[in-house]
Amino acid sequence: MQRRPTVIISAVLLTLAAAPAAAQDRLPWGPESPPYASTYQRRHYPTVVIRNATILTAAGDEIPNGSIAFGDGKILAVGTAVDEPHGALVIDGTGKFVTPGVIDSHSHLGVYAAPATDAESDGNEYPVKANTAYVWAEHSVWPQDPQIPLAVAGGVTTIQVLPGSANLFGGRSVTLKLVPGRSVQEMKFPGAPYGLKMACGENPKRVYGGRGGPATRMGNMAGYRTAFLEARAYAEDWRAYADKDSKEKPDRDLGKETLAEVLMGAIAVQNHCYRADEMLQMLDLAREFGFGIRSFHHAIEAYKIADRLAAAGAAASVWAGWWGFKEEAMDGIYENAALVTQAGARAVLHSDSEDDIQRLNQWAAKAMYAGQQAGIPVTRNDAIRWITANPAWVLGIDTVTGTLEPGKMADVVVWSGDPFSVYARAEQVYNDGWLVYDRHDPARQFTTDFELGQVTR
Amino acid sequence: MTATPMRTHRRTTVAILAVGAALVIAPPARAQTVAITGGTVFTVSGERIEHGTVVIVDGRIRAVGSDIVVPEDAERIDATGKWVTPGFVAFGTQLGLVEIGSVGETNEGSRSDDAVTPSFNVLEGINPASQLIPVTRIDGTTTALSVPGGGLVSGQAVLIDLAGDDIETMVIRSPAAMVGSVNRDAKSSAGGSRAAVMDRLRRLFDDAMELDERRGDFARRQMQDLAAPADELEALLPAVRGELPFLITANRRSDIANALRLAAEYELDLVLVGAHEGWQVAEAIAVAGVPVALYPLTDVPTYDAPSARLDNAALLTAAGVRVIIATGDSHGAREVRHAAGNAVAYGMPWETALRALTLEPAMALGIDGDYGSITEGKVANVVVWSGDPFELSTVAEHVFIRGALVSMESRQRQLLERYRTLPPSYFRP
Repeated sequence: MQRRPTVIISAVLLTLAAAPAAAQDRLPWGPESPPYASTYQRRHYPTVVIRNATILTAAGDEIPNGSIAFGDGKILAVGTAVDEPHGALVIDGTGKFVTPGVIDSHSHLGVYAAPATDAESDGNEYPVKANTAYVWAEHSVWPQDPQIPLAVAGGVTTIQVLPGSANLFGGRSVTLKLVPGRSVQEMKFPGAPYGLKMACGENPKRVYGGRGGPATRMGNMAGYRTAFLEARAYAEDWRAYADKDSKEKPDRDLGKETLAEVLMGAIAVQNHCYRADEMLQMLDLAREFGFGIRSFHHAIEAYKIADRLAAAGAAASVWAGWWGFKEEAMDGIYENAALVTQAGARAVLHSDSEDDIQRLNQWAAKAMYAGQQAGIPVTRNDAIRWITANPAWVLGIDTVTGTLEPGKMADVVVWSGDPFSVYARAEQVYNDGWLVYDRHDPARQFTTDFELGQVTR
Repeated sequence: MTATPMRTHRRTTVAILAVGAALVIAPPARAQTVAITGGTVFTVSGERIEHGTVVIVDGRIRAVGSDIVVPEDAERIDATGKWVTPGFVAFGTQLGLVEIGSVGETNEGSRSDDAVTPSFNVLEGINPASQLIPVTRIDGTTTALSVPGGGLVSGQAVLIDLAGDDIETMVIRSPAAMVGSVNRDAKSSAGGSRAAVMDRLRRLFDDAMELDERRGDFARRQMQDLAAPADELEALLPAVRGELPFLITANRRSDIANALRLAAEYELDLVLVGAHEGWQVAEAIAVAGVPVALYPLTDVPTYDAPSARLDNAALLTAAGVRVIIATGDSHGAREVRHAAGNAVAYGMPWETALRALTLEPAMALGIDGDYGSITEGKVANVVVWSGDPFELSTVAEHVFIRGALVSMESRQRQLLERYRTLPPSYFRP
């Protein structure tokens, strides 16, 4: 089924916060099939039934003494009484907790790989120019990053890998399933839309202040506006060519294509932005050009504008405890996610860290307890959604994964205890129904090339 | 010219409390008697006490036990169902020395003019009005070892309590430790090789001792060129003689071995900092009797420690090493109790982890006569928790520093109140 590109453009431009279109829709400048396509393949694993566990579905329920069945990569049933398919592997989950796989909406695994020498520093195309919308993070991802299995051991099944925040437009993000592979294409989440990394505030002006600008926040804004004007003109040139109004075939421009696809609603904006006033500026920018901001990231001051985020339908990806490392981070409070949730906006606990990605459940717990202690009515279901269903929405994959509901992808974590306890650890991690990690079985813990030859116990 | 090349005056910062002097801790402004009753008291030095009472008089612990008569004039804190522990020591932060990480004008923790600055004592860089101090203490950390950073020998760390309007009030010991490094960060200060780091440190140590023995020769200018200016070597001397703890960062197994070798050669009072690969040489560290200050959440491999792992604390403890749970991050110092919880999740015994935040740092710094446990006569840094202090759901409900309840306010809490309902009022409530 092939829709005319012109229809896509005009339809999407009318919609303010359009859901990202399926990435495989043909673009006017694109080839028949998208380049660098996912070659991910689900691994075979027997059907699994986990019984007698406490199940946090992230879809509203916490089921004590619950069971979950999944096979062929799909969740088959969740509840108190679940049929046992023939040949299923039955696991006694007494004392265990089961949640959806953890999803990190903001990671640099693979692009800032360990052991973190300059040789692996591939996350920021800088200081080249402030608009590097033309780069794609996936072209930097090193699948052998030894940080990947560490994140898996923390229950993480899916991440969005973003370029760094030095540039106004950092480039395209990519959504990955955390499975071992030889290429990033083997890890690419099938069907996941691309994101565009944008950055507000201190970073771009610090990096480019002495390099021709932007040197100020107004310079940042001018940089975004100029680029979107150019992208709009680029899309119009292609539309004129496609409609045969013009015989001149435009030259392709990778950066403008990415921005034009943002304007079409095919690419979701992922916006590094700390300060409340700047987020509001960015919402105005989005209004000016008719696109939606899917999520602010590192939204330290989201709680100051939680009502406005709710109205705009923009998510806030936040830390629970980080603050103070720079001036725009001074106002970070533990209760941020809770206040955002209370206002009806989507909160996400993200990591931006190779360390904290291993403990996103703990950060969600800290944010939840801080909210509750401050009298903000947040629930355990809210908190588990901060690291599962809500980041799935930010990544545009929430119809596929992020909750434990029949038909969803079997991204499942078995925890040794309540995941909101500091003492709980992920014991089993299933990615698409495949046991990718088992804490008690070294044969089920994959290692990267880097780790070979290192001293182990 | 009559002055000798040696500087004879003591620095005022050092004079606040000389090394080895008995601790004279400023009492709270308002003398008071407090009784914390009914809680489970984790004394750290002894058994836990169910339904225990802790009596505090004039900033010190007067009595602790299950059968204590509460003085009539005591203010009572009902801790029934609560957990009572000593206040935690933030070991190795820059609390008071850093306000905003990326804003240089708010940072006082390092001297960039030289790589060897043993005379650099950070005390007068401490800002008692730092916003980080309330943020940290309302989460149960009552004491901080604030350390200088950078270079080969960074300078002198100071130990402060996290309450007080001026450094004279806050200080517990200054200097509390000498701070140095033999890891990858030290290389650039010594020409680019770990071997050169060791060589330079030995020359510094040797010259410090030789200078001390030949002060007359030095005054008559009859000594060879020294490895550092004389006043720097003099400042280094107490640490070289083992009179002042020497904190040395070493992460790779070979770096740890180098630090241990150095400590044995000079009889340093070594505290290993970092020690990410310490688990590989746990026996050697235990035999040397060297405490290790580590951050338990380190497992991402680097060339400074390719085999870091989350059960490092557990493995070191099992080998008999005295472990201090440290945090290197000042803004995140409040998270240290959760780092301890993770160490427990990875096999460190709970009681040992509590000790690693209280008595172990006090012992390593030689202040365990006054700090680190809930013991009669010690300074009353005491926290009443809603439950297990390592748990994510637990809050500090009452924090005593030197026997005085601290305010549970912080700028962060004021931000919460201001923006709790939107739009905010920008006028004071």
